[in-house]
Amino acid sequence: MSNVSLDAHDSSEAENQPENNTRRRFLTVATSVVGGVGVVGAAVPFIASWNPSIKAKAAGADVEADISKIEPGQLIRVIWRSKPVWIARRTPELIATLAGLEGQLKDPNSDEEQQPEFAKNTHRSLKEEYLVLVGICTHLGCSPQHLKDGAFEEYVEGVPEGFFCPCHGSKFDMAGRVFDNVPAPLNLVVPPYMFIDDNTILIGSEEGAA
Amino acid sequence: MWKNLMDWVEYRLPIMRVANMHAIQYPAPRNMNFWYMFGFLATIVLVNQIVTGVWLTMSYTPSAEGAFASVEYIMRDVEYGWLLRYMHSTGASAFFIVVYLHMFRGMIYGSYQKPRELLWLFGMFIYLALMAEAFMGYVLPWGQMSYWGAQVIVSLFSAIPVIGPDLVIWIQGDYVISGATLNRFFALHVIALPLVIVILVFLHIVALHEVGSNNPDGTDVKRKKGSLKEDEKTNFKIHEYYTSKYDIVDDIVPFFPHIVLKDLVGFAFFLLAFCYIMFFNPEMGGYFLEHPNFEIANPLKTPEHIFPVWYFTPFYAILKAVPHKLGGVIAMFAAIIALALLPWIDRGKVKSWRYRCGLHRWNLLIFAVVFIFLGYLGGTPQENWKITASQIATIMYFGFFALLYIYSKNETCKPVPARITE
Amino acid sequence: MKKLIFVLAMLLPMGAIAAGGGAHLDKAEYDLTDKASLQNGAKLYMNYCLGCHQTQYQRYQRTFSDLGIPVELGQEYLQFTGEKPGEHIKNAMPAESAAKWFGAPPPDLTLVARVRGADWIYTYLRAFYVDESRPFGVNNEVFPEVGMPHVLQELQGVPRKTTEQTMVDGEMVERYVGIKADGSGELSAAEYDTAVLDLVNYLVYVGEPSRLESENIGRYVMLFLLVLLVLIYLLKKEYWRDVH
Repeated sequence: MSNVSLDAHDSSEAENQPENNTRRRFLTVATSVVGGVGVVGAAVPFIASWNPSIKAKAAGADVEADISKIEPGQLIRVIWRSKPVWIARRTPELIATLAGLEGQLKDPNSDEEQQPEFAKNTHRSLKEEYLVLVGICTHLGCSPQHLKDGAFEEYVEGVPEGFFCPCHGSKFDMAGRVFDNVPAPLNLVVPPYMFIDDNTILIGSEEGAA
Repeated sequence: MWKNLMDWVEYRLPIMRVANMHAIQYPAPRNMNFWYMFGFLATIVLVNQIVTGVWLTMSYTPSAEGAFASVEYIMRDVEYGWLLRYMHSTGASAFFIVVYLHMFRGMIYGSYQKPRELLWLFGMFIYLALMAEAFMGYVLPWGQMSYWGAQVIVSLFSAIPVIGPDLVIWIQGDYVISGATLNRFFALHVIALPLVIVILVFLHIVALHEVGSNNPDGTDVKRKKGSLKEDEKTNFKIHEYYTSKYDIVDDIVPFFPHIVLKDLVGFAFFLLAFCYIMFFNPEMGGYFLEHPNFEIANPLKTPEHIFPVWYFTPFYAILKAVPHKLGGVIAMFAAIIALALLPWIDRGKVKSWRYRCGLHRWNLLIFAVVFIFLGYLGGTPQENWKITASQIATIMYFGFFALLYIYSKNETCKPVPARITE
Repeated sequence: MKKLIFVLAMLLPMGAIAAGGGAHLDKAEYDLTDKASLQNGAKLYMNYCLGCHQTQYQRYQRTFSDLGIPVELGQEYLQFTGEKPGEHIKNAMPAESAAKWFGAPPPDLTLVARVRGADWIYTYLRAFYVDESRPFGVNNEVFPEVGMPHVLQELQGVPRKTTEQTMVDGEMVERYVGIKADGSGELSAAEYDTAVLDLVNYLVYVGEPSRLESENIGRYVMLFLLVLLVLIYLLKKEYWRDVH
């Protein structure tokens, strides 16, 4: 096996080398480059075809949600891009407690880009009262449970309401912010949304961007 | 560093040795003309069919309910889906064009003769597998021609005595062509047959490299070891696998870069034609994509005229020419078997038509014309004169083989040059 | 040369075989780049055809964007069924009762231009004539015994097979001169032909929405391949210089 020559093809060329080597070299490089461009071009349709199709985009279009029927303290679920989106109407008392939790949270100021610019605040929402979240745990994609009326205290002492993920025990407050010492690394995602009027939220687009 | 890594791999897996032996330092006759590019082109088209096929499978729904809509989904909703689909559909027809030219090349230059009989047989097996592959692929869009074409072809099996009718039901998996048929054809089309074709192509190439490439003169470039003087041997670096067994005449070029570059020129011409059809005229006047197939399969309504796709029409004409059901089927299969038996039907010792008798050249030319004429007869609406015409053409088709068998025994040929002439 | 003829002979036959016969068809000189024509065609389709014939594989949004129609305008003037622009162009006609009314369910028209050809549709829609023996009072020269009423009658007027008196060899002879509308329609004969052509144009577009994009890309690809061909050819010559 030792006589296997890796540069065998070089040597075969060498035996057949013409005088004007530059022309051959130039043509080889030029053809390879143009051919390479062709290969890249031919790859485009194959790569592009993996993007969401028009069907997927139509199914993932913006969703309108009627919020006029949500009582304070209540949470509704809508489907946007096949994912659960929560819309919760928070009571003023609940909102008042949010600031006090900061010591127990991983990212209390929402520094990680898990929300549109407009929700980078304590209550992580456009209007203080309404919380809009993608209901999927940032750990491994389970959908956390909404625990209220003290049920959440079992997991975080002194906090009556929050989100608890049954898969691996991650915990989030009522602004979707993740607690310390749980597997989930990031706050829950706030989707882009806007208020069409006082009673209707459009999920999927933000003001100005759409 | 790179060399060390390559050596490490080479010691364990002979990549470069195989590449040198079968691609880079393979001795190819230098007079191989444009007829010799179609094998290369067929390989390229095979790769195209496999890759685009895999991609189409990603968006296709193999069910009677969803198939037709999913093809339109690919054409409309998937980004560049239309291009992938046309690459595949144009590729199917292109495959048969290059394969037919490749086969005709083999016939005019006697590439099936000793010692290339097995090579030719593998080629015929590829052709058969390709026909099955194309037929099953044509069913998948589930248009009117898919459905009724499948109906007609599967019904051929009912001509078999005793077991025929039961065999048809078994193939269909239902009492008619149905979703069950579609699903099994899908499985065969995307997995089983491509696998068979790839293996056969591999064997075809291995067999080719064992006996070496023929050429338009039919002069062997490999001579008995020790029979050549040093200055008659080639100066190109040829793999010792060949030089250890033979003396190689100075009439060859290495496969790489010479033959590869020659084939690439042909490939560029081919791509121009292929892309022109694909981008500007993918239906090719209803021959690459038949018009009735844009209508969803309807088991209650037969299209006005049923033809197979153009590449099957010569054999379809033979089938229709025989006024007996079983007889027609036998004639059709005999037409293919006759081709496979060429190495034994042709008893001549001279390979290329350049040095064979004038009768042989006319025989080949007329055969080509008859084959095309049969294709025309099988692909156009039935008319009265065509029945007689197709019967005459069928007789002429088989006449080619009969004549060849007779005159090749004691044929007067011109002397074959000892060295390649061009 | 002989070789060349041979290759051509092998490649040609498929192109040479002409498509089948049938009635004489007028040539539809449609133009897929004519947005105004396409938009008018879309309007005609949505108003006169969609009631019975769906184009169920095409989405409103695709039609809007390819024809340069803003979504809001499209939804207002063209979209009568469905709520979202992403929906397929369908009607609410139940297939079973449709089959009862017309003898067969009205076919989907998404691909009709690819099945029948533009010329057929163009001729067909101009080939209705009054025939009281038929259930809808009309028959069709291209599609005899057709089960479809003449939905464009309010545009064309009432079309009748017309004969004229002409002098042949000194004798007056009744000669059939084709189908003529009675002038009760909204459009003149020429305007009607244009309207039908617009509709055909739209149906050709719907049959293959990627056509123009394909030809655009195709032109660049052909140019690119010509460059590649020249380079490969020169490189091949360069390497083969010493062999021959």
